Amino acid sequence: MIEGNALREGIHWVGYVDWSVRDFHGYHTARGSTYNAYLVRDAKTALIDTVKGPYAADLLRHVAAYVDPANIDYIVCNHAETDHAGALGEVLQACPRAEVVCNEKCRAALSLHRDTSAWRFRVVRDGETLSLGRRTLQFIDTPMVHWPESMFTYLPEEKILFSMDAFGQHYASSRRFDDEESLDVVLAEAKTYWANIVMPYGKQVAAVLEKAATLDIETIAPSHGIVWRKNLPAILAAYKDWAVCRPHAKVLIAYDTMWGSTAKMARAIEEGATKQGGAEIRVHFIRASNITVLATEILDAATVALGSPTLNRTMMPEMGGLLTYYKGLRPLGKAGFAFGSYGWAKNGPNDVDAALKDLKFERLREPLTANYVPDDSVLDACRDAGAHLARKAVEMAEAFEG
Amino acid sequence: MKEYACNVCSYVYDPALGDPGNGIAPGTPFEDLPDDWVCPECGVGKDEFSPLED
Ligand SMILES: [Fe+2]
Ligand SMILES: [Fe+2]
Ligand SMILES: [Zn+2]
Repeated sequence: MIEGNALREGIHWVGYVDWSVRDFHGYHTARGSTYNAYLVRDAKTALIDTVKGPYAADLLRHVAAYVDPANIDYIVCNHAETDHAGALGEVLQACPRAEVVCNEKCRAALSLHRDTSAWRFRVVRDGETLSLGRRTLQFIDTPMVHWPESMFTYLPEEKILFSMDAFGQHYASSRRFDDEESLDVVLAEAKTYWANIVMPYGKQVAAVLEKAATLDIETIAPSHGIVWRKNLPAILAAYKDWAVCRPHAKVLIAYDTMWGSTAKMARAIEEGATKQGGAEIRVHFIRASNITVLATEILDAATVALGSPTLNRTMMPEMGGLLTYYKGLRPLGKAGFAFGSYGWAKNGPNDVDAALKDLKFERLREPLTANYVPDDSVLDACRDAGAHLARKAVEMAEAFEG
Repeated sequence: MKEYACNVCSYVYDPALGDPGNGIAPGTPFEDLPDDWVCPECGVGKDEFSPLED
């Protein structure tokens, strides 16, 4: 077990594998997660990040396999969020001589979470280095990836980037490295992680990637999931695409429905899009799906059709929740339209349409509506609109490549 | 016209560019931004901005 956790001689993973977490502040973590912490032993001993609060004892037990925690000199805090710094207070009690190494914003954020008056901080600036003996830690501010105080820690002698949430995945495994795992699975979880955690900060990520391009990196050790040591080109290329929400020839159809009319419209849109060909079509009944999956689906979709009937003078609440989630995530450069059935007022589909406008999506048509139940002419219009979505998706993907 | 940086996320408001995505025309000085304008990157208010030294 211990050898499997070695990144290098004297550098070990000492985090916690959370097999059973399924709700990470609303993110549906279907495959659990890990909170990664790393121990670097040199003339000085540094712990890079900690874990979620309840797992402090597990972290300390993992550390103790290599070194008495009382001998830790530095605890680097790359990110003040509770899943990485929650255990810091308890860990510090076992590490009486440890200094907390972080930037000023992180110090402030940590101190707003708890009483840190007894902590010893070593506040570092962007680019600053800290020698551990043979090896050096270098700190790189990465504001908004994921919080304002976030930073990377780089270890130049070993070419390791401790990248905090960036490049992470909510993925529990007994293995630590990407070459021990199916790349498809790890990339899929990295994509879900990106879509749900990082998407609002695409611009900042692009800036960080530029900064990182100047570093010589062989290993990327994030604070969740699997460590990248083999497939760096794959994950870096994926991040480049995700940072700009690169559209694929993909159509997303997501809807809610009361008595099946909006579902019928969704299926007719799907039929038209499928018949048109050329694009991948994804259909989700929102209440049988979840916002985590739907965030991931929209990331690389080019076009979308979002449907809700009118309920209580507006759209249905699950659609409202999804659109609120999208509003925060800010997927860029999508095109599409709203659809749905209504009895006497078109507020449901119209409110979805207004939300698409607010999202700055290109609206391809007026909301497509059915009075109570879609008749043949409405279903034909749905098929036409679906074909349009597929054609447009292919165009957008090609235009992006060209 | 002075540029202002967001204390939280480091976004820079450049008056020459404005914030057209949020209805702010190019050429709008920071001082003239409406009170409900927020950082387009992280969402904090105008009081979280500081003038950039030149
Ligand atoms: Fe985070
Ligand atoms: Fe995290
Ligand atoms: Zn900001």
